[in-house]
Amino acid sequence: MIDLAGRRATGDRAFGWISAGAAALVVLILGLIAITVTQRALPVFHQMGLGFFTTSRWSPPDDLFGALAFIWGTAFTAAIAVVLAVPISLGMALFMTEVAPPWLARPLVHLVDLLAGVPSVVFGLWGVLVLSPLFNLGRSFLTAGIILAIMIVPIITSLSREVIDTTPAGDKEGALAMGATRWEMIAATVLPHSKGGLVGAIMLGLGRAMGETIAAALVIGSALGQITLDPFAPGNSMPAVIANEWGEAQELHKSALIALAVTLFAITIVVNLIATAIVQRSVKRGQGT
Amino acid sequence: MRKIHLAGIVAVLGLAITAVAHGAAGITLNGSGSTLSKPFQEAAIEQFMKSHKDITINYAGGGSGKGRQDLADMVVDFAGSDSPFKEGDAAKAKGGPILYFPILLSPIAVAYNLGGVDKLQLSAPTLAKIFQREIKKWNDPVIVADNPGVKLPDAAIIVARRADGSGTTQNFTEYLAGAAKKDWKLKSGSTVEWPSDTQAGQGSAGVAQIVKSTKGAIAYVDLSDAKASGLKYAMVKNRGGKFVEPTAASASAAGEGIQVKDNLLFSALDAKGDKAYPITAQTWVIVYARQVDQAKGQALKDYLGYLLKDGQALLTEIDYAPLPRGLQEKALKQVDRIKVAAHASLTP
Repeated sequence: MIDLAGRRATGDRAFGWISAGAAALVVLILGLIAITVTQRALPVFHQMGLGFFTTSRWSPPDDLFGALAFIWGTAFTAAIAVVLAVPISLGMALFMTEVAPPWLARPLVHLVDLLAGVPSVVFGLWGVLVLSPLFNLGRSFLTAGIILAIMIVPIITSLSREVIDTTPAGDKEGALAMGATRWEMIAATVLPHSKGGLVGAIMLGLGRAMGETIAAALVIGSALGQITLDPFAPGNSMPAVIANEWGEAQELHKSALIALAVTLFAITIVVNLIATAIVQRSVKRGQGT
Repeated sequence: MRKIHLAGIVAVLGLAITAVAHGAAGITLNGSGSTLSKPFQEAAIEQFMKSHKDITINYAGGGSGKGRQDLADMVVDFAGSDSPFKEGDAAKAKGGPILYFPILLSPIAVAYNLGGVDKLQLSAPTLAKIFQREIKKWNDPVIVADNPGVKLPDAAIIVARRADGSGTTQNFTEYLAGAAKKDWKLKSGSTVEWPSDTQAGQGSAGVAQIVKSTKGAIAYVDLSDAKASGLKYAMVKNRGGKFVEPTAASASAAGEGIQVKDNLLFSALDAKGDKAYPITAQTWVIVYARQVDQAKGQALKDYLGYLLKDGQALLTEIDYAPLPRGLQEKALKQVDRIKVAAHASLTP
């Protein structure tokens, strides 16, 4: 006789352990990264103190490492990228879900999903090698922002479309039945319904833009100490500095580059936490109405 | 007891034989580091492998710093590096004592893009002031003083430099810190605190590209890249007060007038001699003095011997300078100091 119940219990237990182990592993890896990386960054924090975050003189021969200008550059280029990418992405997503006839929308959806699967560096290189020379963009915050925008449009579009697609047909039909135009219907039902998901999609794009290295390193200009709102000025960002200087860096310089990585890591986590909070709040509000 | 003993010997012998057999089937040497010496390594590897069909050599580039780190971690069999280990770092290398082998000299050219000016002369203090952005016009009296009789245009100077950390930057800034002590304030290193109104390019080729496409531009680039991009380059004033053009010959001349330490470390920057080009860099191959793998160790010695002897003839074609004879002999002699384990290693 086979003890079906007993066997199932064993299987369930094993599965439970395995999945719990996998989950624990994620936390463990993340924790280990944070610990070891911070440890290797300690010498520069010891030397510079808070000055690492509040000054912007970066002179390896002097053992002076102030990252403020690079933090600014990262934030500024990522902001330019998001500002440029979001309207395009949302427009594309809305077009595919609400405007385009199915015979056009379906291939478009596949195309964008395909593009979202392509590593962003491919778009970045295209921007660097083709777009930037074509429009004579030079090397500046703006060029980096534009390249980053190109890199994140597919992912934001793809995620937004999926979120928008989940708007209940009943809501939309209701709005249209009340005499709403297509835009009024979108504004009244689709956008409120998908607000949380859209913020999530944008934040994911923002995270990608902030962490992008090679494409940014190639076009940002690698100028030191640039804290300016002038988008046409050359600047520098944290990932670009790491990519450019790692190969030849020694001792404290290396530690400073690792400290940049730690800073980037921390900022990304904060951005994600804010995104989660916004998503949760809008989800709650959505349930309330 | 005796039986076990015998079995052990047989097992060890078997392993040794497989190790040897493995070696005979193909030995692979891996190196990484200096991008300056990469064109030479590639040319030399190609020639060397023609006469040593059982040896495969890979050279990965990645920068001198990376090469030294890889060697210290024993990830590679040899490193290419434009500068030695920092004091203390060499002692941390996992494979024990190391040896430096100089393999080439390379002039760093000061390339410029200035229509109508085919001959430009610059001294170290002038270079320091240009690259620090103290002089911003081509017809500045300081530049004019270096170029009597030359009509210089009233054009803005655009300084281009490396965006990435680089041995070329290290050598160029080290030269200025030594030869223009009073004027140069940015110190020396693979990355220095360049003024923000300088243009940054990726790699020597990237910087050469900026010079090529920008009127009024000036930059330091490896001579081979300056030539490959068809750039004009300046004559630089040497210690003897002569303005010298960067060539393989003037870089070799720099090698004649240098002090070489017993461990074959030296600097060819700002060397003595009227014919010496003052901004001359050098690069070493760094290896461990004790090689535990017999086949690999021997292959490494053969390759080093090739780089230092027959390989030197390849250098001038790719715009590098061969080692001066005295240094070459010292380096060749040092190859014998690499001790290779008498028996094959048991690890395959």
